[in-house]
Amino acid sequence: MEQAPPDPEKQLKPATLEPLGRPDPGLEAVAGEEAERAREEGSEADTMTDNNFGLKKIEISVSEAEKRTGRNAMNMQETYTAYLIETRSVEHADGQSVLTDSLWRRYSEFELLRNYLLVYYPHIVVPPLPEKRAEFVWHKLSADNMDPDFVERRRIGLENFLLRVASHPILCRDKIFYLFLTQEGNWKETVNETGFQLKADSRLKALNATFRVKNPDKRFTELKHYSDELQSVISHLLRVRARVADRLYGVYKVHGNYGRVFSEWSAIEKEMGDGLQSAGHHMDVYASSIDDILEDEEHYADQLKEYLFYAEALRAVCRKHELMQYDLEMAAQDLASKKQQCEELATGTVRTFSLKGMTTKLFGQETPEQREARIKVLEEQINEGEQQLKSKNLEGREFVKNAWTDIERFKEQKNRDLKEALISYAVMQISMCKKGIQVWTNAKECFSKM
Amino acid sequence: MEGEHPASQARSSDLRSGGGGGGGGAESPGGGAPFAGSSGSSTLLQADVLDLEEDEDDLEVFSKDASLMDMNSFSPMMPTSPLSMINQIKFEDETDLKDLFITVDAPESHVTTIETFITYRIITKTSRGEFDSSEFEVRRRYQDFLWLKGKLEEVHPTLIIPPLPEKFIVKGMVDRFNDDFIETRRKALHKFLNRIADHPTLTFNEDFKIFLTAQAWELSSHKKQGPGLLSRMGQTVRAVASSMRGVKNRPEEFMEMNNFIEIFSQKINLIDKISQRIYKEERDYFDEMKEYGPIHILWSASEEDLVDTLRGVASCIDKCCKATEKRMSGLSEVLLPVVHEYVLYSEMLMGVMKRRDQIQAELDSKVEALTYKKGDPDLLTEEIGKLEDKVECANNALKADWERWKLNMQNDIKSAFTDMAEENIHYYEQCLATWESFLTSQTDLHLEEDSEDKL
Repeated sequence: MEQAPPDPEKQLKPATLEPLGRPDPGLEAVAGEEAERAREEGSEADTMTDNNFGLKKIEISVSEAEKRTGRNAMNMQETYTAYLIETRSVEHADGQSVLTDSLWRRYSEFELLRNYLLVYYPHIVVPPLPEKRAEFVWHKLSADNMDPDFVERRRIGLENFLLRVASHPILCRDKIFYLFLTQEGNWKETVNETGFQLKADSRLKALNATFRVKNPDKRFTELKHYSDELQSVISHLLRVRARVADRLYGVYKVHGNYGRVFSEWSAIEKEMGDGLQSAGHHMDVYASSIDDILEDEEHYADQLKEYLFYAEALRAVCRKHELMQYDLEMAAQDLASKKQQCEELATGTVRTFSLKGMTTKLFGQETPEQREARIKVLEEQINEGEQQLKSKNLEGREFVKNAWTDIERFKEQKNRDLKEALISYAVMQISMCKKGIQVWTNAKECFSKM
Repeated sequence: MEGEHPASQARSSDLRSGGGGGGGGAESPGGGAPFAGSSGSSTLLQADVLDLEEDEDDLEVFSKDASLMDMNSFSPMMPTSPLSMINQIKFEDETDLKDLFITVDAPESHVTTIETFITYRIITKTSRGEFDSSEFEVRRRYQDFLWLKGKLEEVHPTLIIPPLPEKFIVKGMVDRFNDDFIETRRKALHKFLNRIADHPTLTFNEDFKIFLTAQAWELSSHKKQGPGLLSRMGQTVRAVASSMRGVKNRPEEFMEMNNFIEIFSQKINLIDKISQRIYKEERDYFDEMKEYGPIHILWSASEEDLVDTLRGVASCIDKCCKATEKRMSGLSEVLLPVVHEYVLYSEMLMGVMKRRDQIQAELDSKVEALTYKKGDPDLLTEEIGKLEDKVECANNALKADWERWKLNMQNDIKSAFTDMAEENIHYYEQCLATWESFLTSQTDLHLEEDSEDKL
């Protein structure tokens, strides 16, 4: 890319230490435009969408998938699929696009990118990746990761992921994301050098915080409930849909048997023969029409799946809030207890149990000098603590504000996308019905001529 | 009793077997699935068909209360009286006028100390002179039907006697004596009697008349008059012996007929299986669909902005679900019973061919005996003369009946499949309307929202 990207240093700084302020007003207008465009685009990821990337329009597509073999970390042969990512820049003037970058990535690299984004943008609802393994499978679909249909759907899912990131007002400016699209070799090392894995919050810490936090922002608690419900209901829906698809497949396919038998029967019939034969043909048409129908439905299922996985992204943001809030509460608590200790030492009254207190009782009082020293240490600590508390508070509030902005953005996106998906489902059903009417009308004509 | 009237003597020309007596729009009330009103979950048609059991016993062991009574007489499939069927006949030519109307309804269970069984009420209305009255009502059990069929076969060995529904289906079903089974059987029995009534020859059969009109005790005593068990056994032995001689001289046309019957039998059996399977798949589909709609309602509870859309989708799915149910029920009314009856017919036909072959074999063996000078030539010649007549009659009867049967078969099959196609078309049209109206409502809303935004 000719244009110098935004300052790499700035982009790599971990978000936790530098609270993200408002995005650069210059880019904000642009970000708004992107959101507009994304909305018009619709969620079908097959098309290319415009987005601004360092003020230049970019089109991204995952255009191919290829089976490869290589050696893995343990020096064993393995087969995997690589995906070709093509980036084009669009000249404003004539709308023509020029291929600027093209490289191959495998699924694990996408995962790496996403994990990085999760660490550095904990206040953002990070778009999910398509599923790692095929789930909600109905019998015809293979659960094999190498199955061409699965690979194809994954290709679309990965493209969708990149488009979502690229059209996000904040994520699109990330340097690592930019390098993901442009720097084939060495990218993994670059990501790892950011040390993001170390900065990630430990699961255990997060779990602990979730249980123990006393005063999380109510909105996040509600959001957590919502995301649980969303996940549960979409899972249920996908499961039942898979079963319905299975059954529908059965109904259609069994009709195919009529075709064969009618044909054989027509051989012995004089008057009925032609009618039977041609009716049989229509039965075959009917039976084979289900394949396309269900393939379309699979895309619909994928759209729902994306939001199933988004539920987890929502929960990640909530967890971060809980962690920060818990951290804050602990810091406040710690500060309070230190202050109290200080007070007790100063006034000589011991109101709370302390080991020091016990030992002094047992082994004799401490000297005034010792006590002075301790008070001094505590006072320093209290000072420090008050500073820290202040900055944690600030951080926490910033986080909540920024997270909530992104959550609102997400909600609108979700409503649009889901509504569109449901409508497209209706369109699919209509198409299926029309095909059915046509086939059976033809068949009926054949039967009535028998 | 020799009841061999050549077909030409029979009253007028062929009435389509489905055209009379059976009544209603339902020419094929031979199989039943519950209407949408009754529970869709009850076990239904036999998935597989057993060969007919050898034993004569039709013992149905269960206890049912008389609530069986309240169905059928008022079911839309059945005209309430045989006379009302006059309006529903399809005339072939203007000289046709049915004068014998039969309905089978009102199954009832009877409990005695020894056994429990079901009887069906048979109402006959007729204007024929040879009947003592114009209206008869009797009760018959399955055994009686079996007896009737046996007699008809005995008297008209080469006519195509309509098939009876199977005795009972054992495979796969524990609860075989439920309402559906009885209803299916009732419809098939109704069809059976009406087909006989429509048959130009069989309709005048004496045993048939007695079956329709005699009181229970009269029927019993008449039954006993038939050839005894021993003589029937003797017939069977002769039949087996002669069939073992093989059919060397089967005339060409009957070879063709046999060939047709074999292939037809194969194909119709396959079609029966396929149709049953389709029904089962549709039922499974229906069961899953029932769960599908409500999930969207559940979802709408947590999505403020998507409530309308989600509820809309849920309602469409539910309506399609109902349409599926209707389609299933339609299938089981118009297609399955017809196909199944022809499966039974194909077995019948093979029996008819065998009997014809036997009659010919009898002649052939006598001719053989004469040729090789075994036995008294004069006696043999006399017997041969009689047998030649017998063979000729048998062949002619079969030929005529065969043509009639084929015509009926074509019409019945054509009807059945045309109706099935119609059911499917109707199903898809209903679903289409539902989804299209949902789509319209959504896009109207969308346009409204858009115009609001622009303000």
